[in-house]
Amino acid sequence: MRPAFRDPAWAGRVFWTCAALVLLWPLGVATEFRPWVLVEPDNLRVSRQFIASFFPPVVDAEFLALVARETWRTVAIATAGMTLAFLLAVPLALGSVRVLSVSALSGRMAVGPVWARQVLRGLMIVLRSVPELVWALVFVRVVGLGPTAGVLAIALTYGGMLGKVYAEILESGDTHTTQTLMRNGAGRLQAFGYALLPQNGAELTSYTVYRWECAVRSSVVLGFVGAGGLGQQLNNSMKMFNGGEVATMLVVFMLLVALADRISSGLRRALG
Amino acid sequence: MKLALAAASARHPAARAGAAPALQGLSLRVAAGEQVAVIGPSGAGKTTLLQVLACAMPPTQGTLTLDGVAPWALPRRELQRLRGRLFLAPQVPPLPPRQRVVTAVLAGRLPALGLWASLRSLAYPADIPAAHEALARFDLADKLFERVDRLSGGERQRVGLARALLAPARLWLIDEPLSALDPTRASQAIATLRDEAAVRGVTLVATLHQVDTALANFPRIVGLRDGVLAFDLAAAEVTPQHLSALYAQHEDELHGGPAPAAPFADLPLPTAAPAAVMHCR
Repeated sequence: MRPAFRDPAWAGRVFWTCAALVLLWPLGVATEFRPWVLVEPDNLRVSRQFIASFFPPVVDAEFLALVARETWRTVAIATAGMTLAFLLAVPLALGSVRVLSVSALSGRMAVGPVWARQVLRGLMIVLRSVPELVWALVFVRVVGLGPTAGVLAIALTYGGMLGKVYAEILESGDTHTTQTLMRNGAGRLQAFGYALLPQNGAELTSYTVYRWECAVRSSVVLGFVGAGGLGQQLNNSMKMFNGGEVATMLVVFMLLVALADRISSGLRRALG
Repeated sequence: MKLALAAASARHPAARAGAAPALQGLSLRVAAGEQVAVIGPSGAGKTTLLQVLACAMPPTQGTLTLDGVAPWALPRRELQRLRGRLFLAPQVPPLPPRQRVVTAVLAGRLPALGLWASLRSLAYPADIPAAHEALARFDLADKLFERVDRLSGGERQRVGLARALLAPARLWLIDEPLSALDPTRASQAIATLRDEAAVRGVTLVATLHQVDTALANFPRIVGLRDGVLAFDLAAAEVTPQHLSALYAQHEDELHGGPAPAAPFADLPLPTAAPAAVMHCR
């Protein structure tokens, strides 16, 4: 082929692909990444037995009633946790948003407000860097086994997470409307209600609903450490090697996540 | 409100570090209740002048006094209270796309409202008749409960001006109020602003790109070029020589050529707010 018809980008692509593989290799070693063990005959037999035990799923009325009750409890844990997290996140976000600073309107922010914002940001980092599983283990010791521990765990971790992302969303949008109101003498919360919130409301709602879906999934995991709900039942059934029950609950769980997905996309369309 | 600017210099907030200041040693006195039009070619410092007068940014040199008070010597709380008595209407109307027109107009009244009253007004608009009245002055009464993103560019600009009628302000600083309006709407809008300012005794300072409109409607004309005062005369005393000197090398702006004014009037307005994006953070 004549040199003029050779793709000049080709050498670069080959080089970067090889470089990526070389960089990934130590990561694979560190994580003992050996996918071929999955298809060794012994392991295949074990997997087949485990999956076969899922069939048939248990569908007798008594068990379904229990699953329905626990599903409801899971949703309740997620919703109550999200509500508390929301109450925690809103003041944290409002306090740490730079757009709502009066002193930053004209030049640099004053020293006091800068420190107050740093403290709030630090608090949010502490809240969300402790995984909800760890919070749940703490609260199971404090308030005992049951949904309360799950609610509190979700409230703390998600409070930090929501606060940080709310603040990010509020900062990233167009600030012209907010700044104009504050420059015309409006207070911080007035400017929030009349400019910043309507400017970013749809995005905030959409993110909150997505986090609620995450909270539903996470409350199932929390059930494994004794925080109640579907997760706790799932854990019990697994310990009893009752695959049929596990299968039923997994299906219910999938339906739950699909439902949350429908709700959030519907809400986003309504707000769009 | 009377205002005095003494040898004031200022930079445009978005200026590069090395750029020349947008205002250079400008002195200006405006008496209470006076109506002044600021004209000049693009980049003359008109917007920066309004920003300085609105206490949006301190002058880098020189002083500003409003009713005899130096705003930048005030504590922050007092400064914010003083800002409530100024009304700056930026050229791009500051309206959130998903807000309703009634709320956007009533937002002008925020400095006069307590926090609780303003939050209650979000749930149920506090003074619908006042908002209706202000909008009617700009021929927008039928848009009262419309959402902002359903309005055209010119309608949005007039909503931004209607907000002034609800503001508890003694000084109106209006930046290019006519940039997105057709000639009929423009003369109606300017007449409304002038009449209302006169009735209330509010001081009115407007920057204008349309020289004819400025000369026809304002008793006093301030010409600004390269951040320096070119002339400050009664409208009747402004001669064609003044204007051609002011607009030298920018003649197309003087003769109403391809309007360079509005940075947003030519752009297609986002008719619907962008769909909310999902963040997976």
